[in-house]
Amino acid sequence: MEPVRVGAVDEFGDRTKRVVFIGHEEIGVFRLGDEFFAWRNKCPHQGGPVCQGRLYQLVRENLDADMKSHGRVYDDEKLNIVCPWHGLEFDIRTGQHPGTSDLALEPATVQVQAGEIYVLL
Amino acid sequence: MDAVVHNAKHHPIQEMDTTTDSRDYLGHARRDAESKGYDDWLIVDIDAHHVESVSWSEVTSYIEDPVVRHQAMMYQKERIGAPPYGLNGDLGLRYQDVGGRIPHQSSQREKIEEIDVHRDVVLTRRAMHGLALDYMVLFPTPMLFLGMHPQTDMEVFLCNAYNRWLTERIVPGEPGIVSLAVLPFNTPDEALKTVEKMATVDGVIGFCVTSTRYKPVHSNEYMKLYRTIEETGKPIAFHAGYHWQDPSLATCNTFLGMHALGFAWCNIVHMTNWILNGIPERFPQLKSLWVESGLSWVPFLMQRLDDQYLMRQSEAPLLKRMPSEYMAKNCWYPCQPMEKSNIKGVECTFEMINAHSQLLYASDWPHFDFDTPSVIYDLPFLDEKAKRNILGLNAARLFGLNENGP
Ligand code: FES
Repeated sequence: MEPVRVGAVDEFGDRTKRVVFIGHEEIGVFRLGDEFFAWRNKCPHQGGPVCQGRLYQLVRENLDADMKSHGRVYDDEKLNIVCPWHGLEFDIRTGQHPGTSDLALEPATVQVQAGEIYVLL
Repeated sequence: MDAVVHNAKHHPIQEMDTTTDSRDYLGHARRDAESKGYDDWLIVDIDAHHVESVSWSEVTSYIEDPVVRHQAMMYQKERIGAPPYGLNGDLGLRYQDVGGRIPHQSSQREKIEEIDVHRDVVLTRRAMHGLALDYMVLFPTPMLFLGMHPQTDMEVFLCNAYNRWLTERIVPGEPGIVSLAVLPFNTPDEALKTVEKMATVDGVIGFCVTSTRYKPVHSNEYMKLYRTIEETGKPIAFHAGYHWQDPSLATCNTFLGMHALGFAWCNIVHMTNWILNGIPERFPQLKSLWVESGLSWVPFLMQRLDDQYLMRQSEAPLLKRMPSEYMAKNCWYPCQPMEKSNIKGVECTFEMINAHSQLLYASDWPHFDFDTPSVIYDLPFLDEKAKRNILGLNAARLFGLNENGP
């Protein structure tokens, strides 16, 4: 399929997304720093509209050297898209569920050229 | 790249939130339903919810006791920011949306333009459309904890008020909405009166006991109630819940752990007492449903009880068969939440519970672990007949619903 223009790079703030139609396909395009990622808007769990969910930082357990827990903290480096149906989270960069290698988003190809973002299916 | 002329169309809903219309929220389910042709299938959702406390002023206006009704209505009118009158709720209700990750669980603030019917009818209709349902059995939400209310009278007042409100204001609003009358089970005489009152009311297809309670289901006080329910021909459903203050569940520091165990635990205890005390032998026509505990607890309990029963038959002399046989013949199970991380385990469970006749579809919409009909439709080991049975026909036979829809 021909590349389809999703928008200009400067229309995307850092850590934002845009959900678009490409033909009949729904695609979520995400910006993280200077990188762009595109995922199909179909959750591998039950087919929910995963890209139309909210963005949350990954949560980590805060363990000290003695393996004692001091609660949970947000990881500033990792951002997840959270499917609004049942809350499954997926890493924006890798598409992987943080808790299992069995679940991942289906990728779409994203390209940046001359300040414009394109998606290819 | 110079030749590119196409621009992608922006999705009108960039992010789902608490104001998103349920039809949009469930848009993917609707499309899935259309591609699978569900409109030709009977689909019965045995367990969905509405949030009755949103309409609590209306519900409390149905309380029969004049003093309590007056008190409740004054409270509802004048107290701002206070929890609903008379409801005990549970701490866990505050954690269900995983900190805002699941907006439809947080609340449904979507626009309601229809003025000819109640808000809950509109929301239910929209969910029924999204999930392609013919019937939806509507359960309350915070009232599921009433079995732990310190004032047993309050359970009586509120169950009876809710049943009347639901059957007068909500059920008539849409042909496919049906209900199970909620029983004030901690007061057996009153529960009996509720059955007698509600058994012939339009849209009441059975009776519901909220399972979070400490009164044993085999207590002699309940025998007349079970006999009467058996005579109505309508099932009794034990709807699971949790009680985080339960001393063992209080050791769980997460909603995840507490909820995973709590929703199964209450029904494991009640089922154990139900079977070992021979309730299916005493009331062979009484049909019981074990709602919202998932399914994986059933094979566990079958094997556990069978194993122990053989060694201690003298403690359960009413039984003429193995506990697992009663559980697979006299009991029905809505599937939600479908635990399906091990597909061989699911297949084995289906065999053990006689899924072709005993399993029912349930969505539990709008809760965070809701299931669409595809959790059954997509199972690789079921043929179409089994899928049709589970998604609707088993329920139609059990509840006497029209197989062609309402
Ligand atoms: S469909 Fe996405 S979390 Fe279930």
